[in-house]
Amino acid sequence: MAILLTIWFLVSFGCGILFVEELNQIRIGGYKLGFWFAQQGSIFTFILIIFAYVYRMNQLDKEFDVDEE
Amino acid sequence: MEILTWTYILVGFTFALYIGIAIWSRAASTKEFYTAGGGVSPLANGMATAADWMSAASFISMAGIIAFAGYDGSVYLMGWTGGYVLLALLLAPYLRKFGKFTVPDFVGDRYYSKGAKVVAVICALFVSFTYVAGQMRGVGIVFSRYLEVPIEWGVIIGMCIVFFYAVLGGMKGITYTQVAQYCVLIFAYMVPAIFISMQLTGNPIPQLGLGGEVADGTALLDKLDGVLAELGFNEYTEGRKGLVDVLMITLALMVGTAGLPHVIVRFFTVPRVKDARLSAGYALIFIAILYTTAPAIAAFGIYNTIDSTSETALEDLPPWISTWQKTDLIQVDDKNGDGKIQYVADAEANELTIDRDIMVLASPEIAQLPNWVVGLVAAGAMAAALSTAAGLLLVISTSVSRDLFKTFQPEISEKKELRIARISAACAVIIAGYFGVNPPGFVAQVVAFAFGLAAASFFPVIIMGIFSTRINKEGAIVGMITGMLFTAGYIVYFKFISPELNTAENWLFGISPEGIGSIGMFINFLICGIVSHLTPPPPQSVRDMISDIRVPRGAGKATKF
Repeated sequence: MAILLTIWFLVSFGCGILFVEELNQIRIGGYKLGFWFAQQGSIFTFILIIFAYVYRMNQLDKEFDVDEE
Repeated sequence: MEILTWTYILVGFTFALYIGIAIWSRAASTKEFYTAGGGVSPLANGMATAADWMSAASFISMAGIIAFAGYDGSVYLMGWTGGYVLLALLLAPYLRKFGKFTVPDFVGDRYYSKGAKVVAVICALFVSFTYVAGQMRGVGIVFSRYLEVPIEWGVIIGMCIVFFYAVLGGMKGITYTQVAQYCVLIFAYMVPAIFISMQLTGNPIPQLGLGGEVADGTALLDKLDGVLAELGFNEYTEGRKGLVDVLMITLALMVGTAGLPHVIVRFFTVPRVKDARLSAGYALIFIAILYTTAPAIAAFGIYNTIDSTSETALEDLPPWISTWQKTDLIQVDDKNGDGKIQYVADAEANELTIDRDIMVLASPEIAQLPNWVVGLVAAGAMAAALSTAAGLLLVISTSVSRDLFKTFQPEISEKKELRIARISAACAVIIAGYFGVNPPGFVAQVVAFAFGLAAASFFPVIIMGIFSTRINKEGAIVGMITGMLFTAGYIVYFKFISPELNTAENWLFGISPEGIGSIGMFINFLICGIVSHLTPPPPQSVRDMISDIRVPRGAGKATKF
């Protein structure tokens, strides 16, 4: 979970805001990378984070025998 | 067919659908009224959450703000979606396990105090009213443009509809209505986006179209940077706000999302903790569809606008300019008398003023799409505004009936409780309608304040309530009050008392009123921690309860009275 929150922080605050200038030097297609992270990439990453969390927590619940049903 | 006819047909049809669903699933018991009996599937709940949370601000206002702010508009995109991650990871599953209907309920039990509960109720009401006022304004704009009635009538019609199904249906009615509303709003948002993306870049997926190329072979974003720079504006992909300010606004929106009472209550409607996690995931996917499309609509919209108006003769202006001029949301003024429009950054020479709130609503007209698309967008905007307003009204009525009346008069009957809930919803609609007619700012701006207030009041006490056994009632009460007062004070000072001072030099650490909720949150955390350690720890029963909510099993039982 700490890892997921770190990714969350890095992608949004890191790539989208703090290092946006540096990343803007790199281009993918018609996008500057920093701009892409701020407006599209961060959102896609957020989805992945949540599903990773759902999967991991369900696993943990089973492992410690506290799952439902 | 005319735009007006299409609007009547589509808006009328969708209304009939929502009301039909509300009647079909009328709440029978108090429990159903509040949380749909805890029996909604995660997928449906995800859609309802998405509709609940994507308000008029997301649908109508956000793309417009991005269009005129460029990179700076990203704070809304990242802030509102990033908050979801916090909500799903840190809050939703635990609150579901705790098994209470409302946030003040949670605060009241966790901090074993009626005082804490009352403070939480007041914070919830404050946040909800700020938010709902923004929605009512959105409804008003839509009606006044498409039904060609004055904005006051638009708001009143909207009030009647919201009242009807929120009050009759309760949460179950709202849940299924919101599923329908999500479908309507996402369809309405995507159709014009896809058409415009095809027209401009030849790519049917707007997310890819944003990175695509326009007819002359240059990338859309580069072209836009160039055009805007030529007119004296900032480059589209470069920021203008200070770094600290951008960070703070993003943070305030994120934790505000996680602290919004009407979104949190959604997670009480699924049967199991597992489902609460999953529905937060689904909700984010549904939200992301709109949120990744918004920057595309923004870039296409501003590009089309400049393309069709800049240096154009007055008599050649496209028809959408004159239709929107009737609502006063577009102003044209040929200052230098050359018979052409100059759209430039310099306020003295600029001859075209466009209200940001119309960008999405006008985009199908700007791109000359068929009339039925225009009507569809109107129906979508209504869906967005109504779904959020209904969710908020429910929180307001729940707070008053359960958290205020039942706390002090535990013996009142279920029937009476339901009646009080309905009466308070009615009062809330009327007050919200008043603010819809006399709004204190732009739709998205008003909403951003609501998020700031939620961040400063709820987020710290909920987080610490779940993850710390040491935080006690004294800390929570003092924390919520100081966080709320500080944030509200800062906003009121710069927005209402002395708006002329509202510039970067006068702000605390260069943080704008939109971002001050973050500081309010830190103050809340700090005060709450200090006060708690100076006063006695919470009783053993409360500490056991906290340990228990971290275990997912057995959530079903907890919701029973």
